[in-house]
Amino acid sequence: MHESLPILSALIFFPLGAAFLLMFMRGGDWTYRSFTLIVGIIECLIALPLIFGFQLDNPPPYQFVERMAWIPQWGLEYHLAVDGMSLLMIILSVALLPLCVLCSWTYIGKRVKEFHVNLLIMTAACVGIFAAMDFILFYIFWEAMLIPMYLLIAVWGGPERRYASIKFFLYTLAGSVLLLVAIIAFNYVGSTFQIPELTAMAGEGKFSESFQLWTFLAMSLAFAIKVPMFPFHTWLPAAHVQAPSAGSVLLASVLLKMGAYGFLRFSLPLCPQGSIEMAPIMIAISIASIIYGGFVALGQNDVKKLIAYSSVAHMGFVTLGIFMFHQQGGEGAIMVMLNHGIVTGALFMMVGAIYERSHSREIFDNMGLGKYLPAFMGFFGIFALSSFGFPGMNSFVGEALVLIGAFDSNLWWGFLCIPGAMLAAAYMLRLGLKMAWGEPPSPAGKNWADLNVREWVYLTPLAFLVFYIGLAPGLTMRVVTPSIEKVLEGFPDSGTMDGRTIVNLQEEHRQGLGEAMAEDGLTLSSAE
Amino acid sequence: MIMQSSIFPLLAILAPLAGIPGMMSSKNANVREAWTFASAFATFALALVLLPGVLDGTEYTLTIAPVIPAVPLALKVDSLGMLFAMVSTPLWIVTSLYSIGYMRGLHEPNQTRYFCCFALAISATVGVAFSANLFTMYLFYEMLSFATYPLVTHHQDPEARVSGRKYLLYIVGGSIGLALPAMIIVFSMAGTLDFLPQGVLVGTNIGAGLMAVLVVMFIFGFAKAGVMPFHSWLPAAMVAPTPVSALLHAVAVVKVGVFSVVRVLTGILGVDLLAHFHLSTLISGIAAVTILTASLIALSQKELKRRLAFSTIGQLSYIILGVGLLTPKGITGGMVHIAMHAFGKITLFFCAGAIFVGAGKKYIPDMVGIGRRMPVTMTAFFIGSLSVIGIPLTGGFFSKWYMLQGALDSGQWIFMVVLLVSSLLNAAYFLPIVYKAFFCTDEESLFEPVVKEAPIHCLVPLCITAIVSVVLFFFPDVFRTLAELAVEG
Repeated sequence: MHESLPILSALIFFPLGAAFLLMFMRGGDWTYRSFTLIVGIIECLIALPLIFGFQLDNPPPYQFVERMAWIPQWGLEYHLAVDGMSLLMIILSVALLPLCVLCSWTYIGKRVKEFHVNLLIMTAACVGIFAAMDFILFYIFWEAMLIPMYLLIAVWGGPERRYASIKFFLYTLAGSVLLLVAIIAFNYVGSTFQIPELTAMAGEGKFSESFQLWTFLAMSLAFAIKVPMFPFHTWLPAAHVQAPSAGSVLLASVLLKMGAYGFLRFSLPLCPQGSIEMAPIMIAISIASIIYGGFVALGQNDVKKLIAYSSVAHMGFVTLGIFMFHQQGGEGAIMVMLNHGIVTGALFMMVGAIYERSHSREIFDNMGLGKYLPAFMGFFGIFALSSFGFPGMNSFVGEALVLIGAFDSNLWWGFLCIPGAMLAAAYMLRLGLKMAWGEPPSPAGKNWADLNVREWVYLTPLAFLVFYIGLAPGLTMRVVTPSIEKVLEGFPDSGTMDGRTIVNLQEEHRQGLGEAMAEDGLTLSSAE
Repeated sequence: MIMQSSIFPLLAILAPLAGIPGMMSSKNANVREAWTFASAFATFALALVLLPGVLDGTEYTLTIAPVIPAVPLALKVDSLGMLFAMVSTPLWIVTSLYSIGYMRGLHEPNQTRYFCCFALAISATVGVAFSANLFTMYLFYEMLSFATYPLVTHHQDPEARVSGRKYLLYIVGGSIGLALPAMIIVFSMAGTLDFLPQGVLVGTNIGAGLMAVLVVMFIFGFAKAGVMPFHSWLPAAMVAPTPVSALLHAVAVVKVGVFSVVRVLTGILGVDLLAHFHLSTLISGIAAVTILTASLIALSQKELKRRLAFSTIGQLSYIILGVGLLTPKGITGGMVHIAMHAFGKITLFFCAGAIFVGAGKKYIPDMVGIGRRMPVTMTAFFIGSLSVIGIPLTGGFFSKWYMLQGALDSGQWIFMVVLLVSSLLNAAYFLPIVYKAFFCTDEESLFEPVVKEAPIHCLVPLCITAIVSVVLFFFPDVFRTLAELAVEG
């Protein structure tokens, strides 16, 4: 079925076409908004076959493949496909489009048409990044995404939007240049731009060790800036604080994931030797990000800055999970990516909602709201609890898996992460409790209206996902597991689990226990 | 052992929550309290339905949702869980009655929030009791932490705020900082977190050192158990209204802490494996230090609720000490003490609250002669103290008797000495209060004849729990059988 229908192309070109139409549209702001909303909903409907057609059992390495010649003399092809991890990211990007339109409905007052054009182009570029299987095509989308994001911050941002947008642009561009160098280097050695072919070559050991090391460094700088990993994170708080809600949501939920996706799609499979060599440094930086992000978040009084630094810490968990080369750790990394996208996106939407009421993002201007805005605080409480990994909610699944991987690979990595988990609880509780019950309550608070229908509409699905993934992550995990297995092929397993899945381990354990009990007493295999 | 799938454990957890929409929407306070009672009785009834089966050795199980592979959200009603449910669910009914008298007597604000959070806390407590694996227990444990925060900070003044922050710091800090990593280490070694009679670590290559580290991480990580030095949230949390202190800080919250420790020692780490590594002295030693220190601090407290708080800290460690002896008698004693101490200590807290409502007194030196004005309250207080001290004709004697035997069986006479010395200390900090309340001349008495007993809503619950404390001496069989079943596995 899915060979015949170019769903991925549709997901990219439908919003692009809609953006083009919107540009020449005449009408009021309301027309632009509802047009984009309808486009967003249709975009989600287009993505449905992607979800239901995705083959879960014995999945081929790449699904929904679309491949045709593009510029044959340079070996460029129009080549799109997805696997488990890119599927989740595409769904996330697409689903956020209508939610972003809804959360900006009253927030954006000027240049409404242009704002929505930007949103649509962003979505197209994001889908393109996660679906591209040609290295140059990937690079084009990667750079294309920069411009609408730059405009979102620079035109609709806060008072210091110039500084923030230029900083965002320069940081990302600096990384991208090196990425381009690496892409050309791969073409020079492997004489193809196709990612599946390059991955296969890397698996056969076609790339020399020093080549792998240098390309790893070149690519990883681009990805590390995007994630962002400490110490390349300074663009993020500036961009988050100045960006409008929808910009922050896209930034946190999708853009940061591109860096982590880059590691999983390119750094690890194309430079396995380089990755192994650099892993200790990457792990050290990840742990530093977790702890540094947590500490700085604890000291913030600007809600958006606090959430921005919490993103640095959460993304630290992602990169830690990736560079442990551990099955559970890798699965955890993707789960954290997805869950962080949902929860942080929701938190930024809520900050936008409260900003519309109080015209301030300071915690101290938004205190003691539990009494006046119970529904708002209820949602905020759900997302705040989930953000620091409350069990039974979505973030816990990812963080627990990364921690399992960490403790299994090296006890010390695990123990070093624990302060990060505690800090997460500390800063989110500080924020949530101050906003709910803080003294003195904001004097204007009693005049603010609680959530309206529009806000209920965009928060409810996200809250549903928090609990759905938290309580039944099984389906999502089935999508994730094969793609991590593929990425980690050929990597030495660092853990004692030796690549066995937990279910196998449990069965072995049960058998062992039965034998031990059958021997009528305790048998400790190697304790003595 | 018969395993049977049953929806009742889930219903028992949901029953307290079912009343919350009713409570929030009621315009009339009486209607709201009717919802509380309806859900309290429903919860107790749902637990009670399962009791005969559990006494016959049946385990009721229910898997709600698979979360992480091999770690489902699952419930199990076994004898240990049932023992805890039999303590916490009936006491919720009594406490609800008491809360009405207390909260209305003092015209407390935000009563709806209070009753809703109370219901949420009980739901979490039943959840902890009926968890089938460590992950599920951890979930409900954390849920309880957050459900009780609004109760601790109920008065919303700076003192309550500071205490609330301390409460969360210790409880959430402990669970995330120590219990969570310990849980993950266990999981990555064993591949399961189910509570099994042998523990889950049998057959893994765990060594004595790591085992000891895990023991310490779990005992301190479940900071609700109040083991020193992670205890100071408990006296601080006494700023809460007294019914909260009574149910949550004598029964639900603190007992969830020790229950979790007991569960982990018996169901995860495994009694045999702990004995194999000679960790009894470590566990009981940690508990013994807490028992003696807490009892000594209690002696010097002037505020009645703070004295009770430190007494609680000591008594909680009795339970850990009993289980830590790793002998059948000791473990039975420790488990039964969960119940015996609950009924005795809740009586004492009820009395402290009744004195505050009736006479407005919080400090012990101000209570000279109060027994003549509030004879019922102080008689109940006397019975409650006897039970906590462990004197015959009260239930507390029963559990201490078992623990002393356990200490003898294990050959660790030092813990016998600890138990006896601390009993003396218990007597030393409780009995003078009772003595001065009744035996004083008219000149010494600090109370005018106008001072009367607290309202009947307060009085009835404390009489009930005092009577139960005595009844448990003669009929301890339910709790003893449950504990023995749990020990036999």
